Parts: sequence; C-alpha cells; structure tokens
Amino acid sequence: MVETLVLIEHDRERVKRQSLHAITLARQLSGKYALLLLGQGLGEIAASLVSYGASVVLVADDPALAEPLADRYATVIAQAARKYDSKILLGTSSTFSKDILPRTAALLDIPMLTDVLAVEENDGSISYQRPVNAGSMLATVKLETDRCVLTARATAFDEPAVDAAACPIERFEFDAALLPNRMEFISREQRASDRPDLTEAAVVVCGGRPLRDKETFERLVGGLADALAGAVGATRAAVDSGMAPNDYQVGQTGKVIAPQLYIGIGISGAIQHLAGIKDSRVIVAINRDPDAPIFQVATYGLVGDLHQMVPQLITALSKGAESA
Amino acid sequence: MKILVSFKSVPDPNEAILAGAAASAAKSVINPFDEIAIEEALQIRERGDAVEIVAVTIGAPAVEEQVRAALAMGVDRAIRIDDSRVLDPYAVARILRAVVEKEMPQVVIMGKQAVDDDSNQVGQMLAALLGWPQATFVSKVEFLDNKTRARCTRETDAGLEVVAIDLPAVITTDLRLNQPRYVSLPGLIKARRRPIETLTCNELRVDVRPLTTVLSIANPPKRAAGTRVDSVEELIAKLRQEAKVL
Repeated sequence: MVETLVLIEHDRERVKRQSLHAITLARQLSGKYALLLLGQGLGEIAASLVSYGASVVLVADDPALAEPLADRYATVIAQAARKYDSKILLGTSSTFSKDILPRTAALLDIPMLTDVLAVEENDGSISYQRPVNAGSMLATVKLETDRCVLTARATAFDEPAVDAAACPIERFEFDAALLPNRMEFISREQRASDRPDLTEAAVVVCGGRPLRDKETFERLVGGLADALAGAVGATRAAVDSGMAPNDYQVGQTGKVIAPQLYIGIGISGAIQHLAGIKDSRVIVAINRDPDAPIFQVATYGLVGDLHQMVPQLITALSKGAESA
Repeated sequence: MKILVSFKSVPDPNEAILAGAAASAAKSVINPFDEIAIEEALQIRERGDAVEIVAVTIGAPAVEEQVRAALAMGVDRAIRIDDSRVLDPYAVARILRAVVEKEMPQVVIMGKQAVDDDSNQVGQMLAALLGWPQATFVSKVEFLDNKTRARCTRETDAGLEVVAIDLPAVITTDLRLNQPRYVSLPGLIKARRRPIETLTCNELRVDVRPLTTVLSIANPPKRAAGTRVDSVEELIAKLRQEAKVL
C-alpha cells in the first residue's frame, strides 16, 4: 500500500524537471509516496528517479504506451492507484497531466483539484489553496472524500532535493491487450531549440503584439533572450497573430512561470498574462505606454519605444559579456 | 450527426477580475471557451455536414439569458438543467453523462476550462464516464472516414500534436480553434421566442452531490510596487547591483 502516487512526466529522453515539483507536495502529505512512469524504453529515465525519497519507482513500460494517449494512460494509472490502494494521485500541472489526470479521477470515482498552491491542515481537516478567475483570486477548498487527484502548480513548490538512499525500481504489470484502442497518435511538431525550457529557465523574455511580426519578434525577443541565455515566451495576442507558436504562450490558459528574471516587451499587462508571471522574482517591463498595467507589478519599468530600447539592451548586454 | 455542446454561464471575465472577491456582482456571459465550442459546431454544420446542434447548460433560471445567446448564435435546441448549486467538475460531468445518455450525440464539444473556476476537468471526466475517446485543447477538428473518426490538432506544452479519435468522442476547445460570431440584437430578440427545455436532475434520474466545498475566497497578496528607470544603462545597472539577477 502506498498512500500517494506521483505521476512523473518525461519527453521520451529525460524527465521533465517541472514534474518533479509534485514530489515536494507529496513530502508534505502524510505517508509514503511512489513515483509512476509510463512510456516505452524507460530504463534510464527510471534510474534517474531513485533518489527522490520514494518508496519505489513504478514503471509501466510497453509499446502500447509509447505515446501519451489519454485513454490508455488513464486506464493504467487507475490500475496502479487501485493496486497500491493510493489515496492521493499527484501530478504537476501541465497539458500532459491535465489531459490524463481528470480522466483518471473519474475512472477512480474521485474528485480532482487543479493547480494546488498550498495544503493546510487545521484540526485534522485538510484544505487546499488554488487560484481562480485567472489567479485574481485564491480559493481555499476542502474535499468531502479523503481520496483525490491533485495537480500541483510547479511554481508554488520547490524542486525536491535529491538526497535519499536509492529506492527500488519495479515494473508495473498490466495487460496491454485490454487497453482501449480508439485513439491514435498521428504526429507532433518537432522544433529543435538551443534555448532553455520556458518553464525551467532562470530568465524569460516575453513579447506582445507590438512586436509586429515573426521576424521582428525573433530578432528582438529572441535576441534579448539569447543575450541572457534565457527562454522566449509570448502573450496570447502575439500567438494569435502568428508571431510565436502556441507553446510560447504564458498566462492563465498557457504556461505559468516564475523565473528569477522576467522581461516583458510590448506587453500591457492584461490580468490573463500576469496570471502566468506574477511570482517571477524580478519583473522588468518595457512599454511605450506609461499607464500600462504591467508597470504596477514591475520591479523595474522602462517607458520607451521597444524598437529602440531592446536593440540597445541587447548591444549593452553583449558588450558587457565581451568585456567580462 | 448530432453534436452536444455544453456551456457554462460565468461572470464576465473582464469585470470579474476587476471586482476581485466581489465577482458575483459582474454580469454573466457564456464562458469564452464554450462560445468557441458552440461556434465550432456551427462551422461544422456550415461546412456541409448535416448536423443537429443541441446546447446544454446547468444552472438557475437566471442563466436563461446565456441559453438565449446560444440559441441566437444558431444552435437548434437548448436545454437548461435546473440546478442552482455550486457544482464541482466531477458533479458536472456526472450530470452531463445523463444528458449524453438521453441525447445520444456523436460528438460532445465544450471549452477546455471555465474562466472562473479554471479547473480544466469536465470534458476529460465525462469522456471517462462514457468510455469515449477524448481530444483536449483542440485548435483544429476535421472529420474522417465518413464521420466515424475525428482528426484533432491539440495545443500542448511542447507545441502542436495531432491525434485521430473514433467517434463518439468528447472534444475540448482551445483559444485558437475559431473566432465566435457576434450575436446581433435582432438575433437575440428572436431567440426570446424560442423554447428552452428545462430538466431537473430528478427527471434525468441523476443524483449527485459536489465533493468540493469552497471555504473562502481571498485576494492574493499584492506585489510590492517597483520603480521606473530612465534608460537601458540604468536598467542594467539596477539588475546587476540591486536585484543581482545579471
């Protein structure tokens, strides 16, 4: 019996670091936790997870799981939760976990809470804090059952320390022939990038619609990100206009990030975008409009024309790097 | 083909966000992602696939305004499940299952999340309860094989992904699937004369209670105000010396 099961995400080559943050939440809850991996050819990835203090790393490794099809994954995860009589199923919020975990919750006939920021215990009663209304409000909720599925917002939990003695790795057996077969994976975009992952980078530069077009966006936003060895993000408006791909979107319905340094270029600061960046350590805003809402949350605000300021910034940073 | 579109009445996000914890005072609208779902059903019909579009929502009589907006957009029939409780996603999914079993659509489309609750669970839970395939965060839908399958493009953290799913299935919409049409005032007025089917959970023979209770809602801590800088040089200096992030 393992009280908590933590679903770990990977990209077929390595663990998605963001998904490890759910382990920090698992450590706050009582009882043992196991890490669960699904996919194919997971030997090395499983081996990288043995020192996170889990009682076991469970591996469901089969060609039928080569792609994360929600119907198959949810079926297998539910089986694991039942076999280990787990009360809590955890994941870190991502499109992967949001696609699969609600389906799993319904298979287990239990409720789910998305984007948990904190867990509190008062007189034996547990309550969870989560953002609502694009994070403009925080709700404290309780559940009527003690079994549930939770996704943790990565930015609300630290990356867990790797300091435990190695735990065993166990194959989780299931009958692949009994898995649902009505969803087929066709393709995914493969875009190689030298830049760090948007959710893991210490520095993120985001651009908004005033960047005008894809070429200017890449030159200014991409150029500044490269000068800082950072990642590139975008507002919904910039993605809608075709300046940036969907996975660059940061905000209420995109990615939520909390880098050491966030620089918003030509971004007015709509609440839906701020929802994705509010916990950044330092926020810098460059915008032509002195009344842009983003200046209310910016640590440093620079009012000016981005088409002048950003090239100057890139040059100054590159010079600084040369003379350093 | 019958398409069931499920939508939620939510406080207008533009107003609710400004109101903060007093959000219930904001006027109500169809959840923006669900509007995209309704629009998609309409476009599927306009592309030439003969389609009956049924819209369903769960709520108190006050949400009938949003039901009329859905009718004005062009859905064929609209159903309101009369339930004034605050329902969590799992309760919603269980009620919708009963509606699906009654209506027997080939496709259920809904927004990926409601912009007030931001849970992003109902579509996936409903698919599980029905034992149907799902395609979430969809930015493009095409039907294949004589409308027995759907090819869906999904917006994921890693970029776009394409899956093909057998019908019947549940699809949840993402922002870029389409741009919902505006509803004209004459359209809204005409919609006032269209009937709305009202059903209770009793009549649907479904008895669910929410398993989540909201204890309190509060405004989040505010970030401390920052400072203005006058030049790129000053910005770099402050980032280096004061903030120490460079």
